[in-house]
Amino acid sequence: MSVLSGILIDGFSYGMILFMIAVGLSVTMGLMRVINLAHGGFALLGGAFAHWLTSIASLNYALSVILSVLAVMLIAIAMERALYKKIYQFSELQQVLATIGIAFLMIASVNLFLGSTLLPIRAPAFFSTSIDLGFRSLPAHRLVVIIAGLVIAGGLYILLDRTRFGIQLRAAVDNRDMAASLGINTVKIYALTFSLGAGLAAFGGILGAELLPIEAYYPLRYMVLFLVVVAVGGMGSIAGSFFAAISLGIIDTAARYIVPDFGTVFFFIAMMIVLTLRPHGLLGRI
Amino acid sequence: MKSPFLKTLGTACALSLLLSGTAIADHTVKVGVIAPFSGPFAIWGKQFKDGVEVYVAQNGETAGGHTVEFVYKDSGGPNPSGAKSLAQELIIKDGVDYLGGLVFTPNALAVAPLIDEAQIPTVIFNAATSSIVMTSEYFVRTSFSLWQVSEPMAQWAYDQGIRSVVISVTDYGPGNDAQVAFGSAFEELGGTVLDAIKMPLQTNDFAPFMQRIKDQNPDALFAFLPAGPPTFAFVKSYNENGLPDAGIKFLGTGETDETNLQALGDAALGLTTAYHYSADHDSDLNRAFTAKLEELSPGSVANLASVGAYDGAHVLYAMIGAVGSERTKAVDVARGMEWESPRGPVSIDPDTRHITQNVYIRRVARNENGVLVNEEFETIPNVPDLGLMQ
Repeated sequence: MSVLSGILIDGFSYGMILFMIAVGLSVTMGLMRVINLAHGGFALLGGAFAHWLTSIASLNYALSVILSVLAVMLIAIAMERALYKKIYQFSELQQVLATIGIAFLMIASVNLFLGSTLLPIRAPAFFSTSIDLGFRSLPAHRLVVIIAGLVIAGGLYILLDRTRFGIQLRAAVDNRDMAASLGINTVKIYALTFSLGAGLAAFGGILGAELLPIEAYYPLRYMVLFLVVVAVGGMGSIAGSFFAAISLGIIDTAARYIVPDFGTVFFFIAMMIVLTLRPHGLLGRI
Repeated sequence: MKSPFLKTLGTACALSLLLSGTAIADHTVKVGVIAPFSGPFAIWGKQFKDGVEVYVAQNGETAGGHTVEFVYKDSGGPNPSGAKSLAQELIIKDGVDYLGGLVFTPNALAVAPLIDEAQIPTVIFNAATSSIVMTSEYFVRTSFSLWQVSEPMAQWAYDQGIRSVVISVTDYGPGNDAQVAFGSAFEELGGTVLDAIKMPLQTNDFAPFMQRIKDQNPDALFAFLPAGPPTFAFVKSYNENGLPDAGIKFLGTGETDETNLQALGDAALGLTTAYHYSADHDSDLNRAFTAKLEELSPGSVANLASVGAYDGAHVLYAMIGAVGSERTKAVDVARGMEWESPRGPVSIDPDTRHITQNVYIRRVARNENGVLVNEEFETIPNVPDLGLMQ
């Protein structure tokens, strides 16, 4: 019994970290239809800023997180205006090549300024305490991640489904010319949405850093992980990414607890089964 | 059974030896260093280069009247075919008489047939799988092997009254070596291995393993993981899941490697490891080494890679000083060599050509400047590569 609940709790919190990092990709790749392999790069930049602010500038953690996310969102707007607006028009293969090139540039920049070793983010002492759940203990930072993940999931749902911005975004994505002719400022909508995706990546990167530590090769090391979550969840579906991340987290955790020697094979078997039965993902739009 | 390719290569090398007659006249001996200088493992190449440069700065550019020139080649990550063609290029095109470097086992194994054929003495600065030195008579190794550090760890743990362990290693070559070395030594002493977990190389979340280990309630956990992100997450997980409070001691080897030690922060405090080098080693030679390293390459951290390269340069200088370009006799010079290294007294085993050295039991602590260091508190003297004795 304690094994089962242990697996569920560890799996849920691991899945939540996956969700936090992948949800931004679900926005840019799923909604905006740009295959953004540089997504992990924005998480890396966020983590690098947070490392710099907490360790070298010795700033408070919460303030550092906010500043880092804002900095990444600004960089993302600049890059959207300079690069991505052209990349939108590319064919899929060209998008892959262009964005992986951008990821390499980001890796090289971080490598140049901060080196290729781990970039720890100094978290408040509270993060590393254990919280007793009665039958087992859970590290406090996981609880923070779980709460943050639920807030993000709820916030995004409201933003995309219930606000004017969400309606305009969905219109712009479905038919950009038509939306523009109806007076929607699609240029602005695209830039803001892209920046939102990058900001979510940065936020997820920083909060998830206790598990997926930040270092220069972060974007490539975890790229497959993000892509799997978005693909299994279904492109553009926030709820899909959420369920995909949680179930993959639980499957992976259970497999590693029960049959550690089989490695991550169950993670990928689950992915193959879902994509065979539902090629567009759990909740994908056709 | 020589392939035509190797014959051609042999001829080419003989030819290049003749052509390098001019090189002998002006006494320049070239050493090719194969290491990653780009990609995720670039830090290794940098550490090698820094270590060699410290040695050159302290001992001059000549050895026995020969000017020594180091030629660095970037091998990227584990890439056997790439390493092989780099070695070929160094031997044929650059006309090197000696090779050095080599971080990864597959790269070292790929180079073995080449250096045999071309008779190039090669000093391995890192690649730590025991069997490598058996693949060519021209290999000399100045790093360590996992057997060499894991067995003393088992002995020490048993002496401390630890009777049951769970072994948790990353599922790849060196991890398996560490598991077998530690496990067999510990069981031979009379200890019990409750469980041996092989963790997938692509593991991000170690919490399930920690829970599993905790459930078995051993006296200690022996772990081996590759340095970098996995170690970071593993050590965090060890603390956060309350294993220290449950009285489960952490035993390791290179997990507290100096390059990533500061990043681990307070989570690393108290971790016990067995290893051959700590930047904190208490000797004048080591202080001179770390000071010169800081002077030449500010920010470069002394660790196993820099000391492996430093001692590698020492062996290369000794060989070049004794025989110059007459490299066929060079390995015999290295056999049985003894010297004082920044890590302590070391020697090259005449039979295995692997370094015999002290293994230190260390504990992570903060020094007077608040920097995390591996504090050595016990020494197991003159340990050979125990893996080759099996």
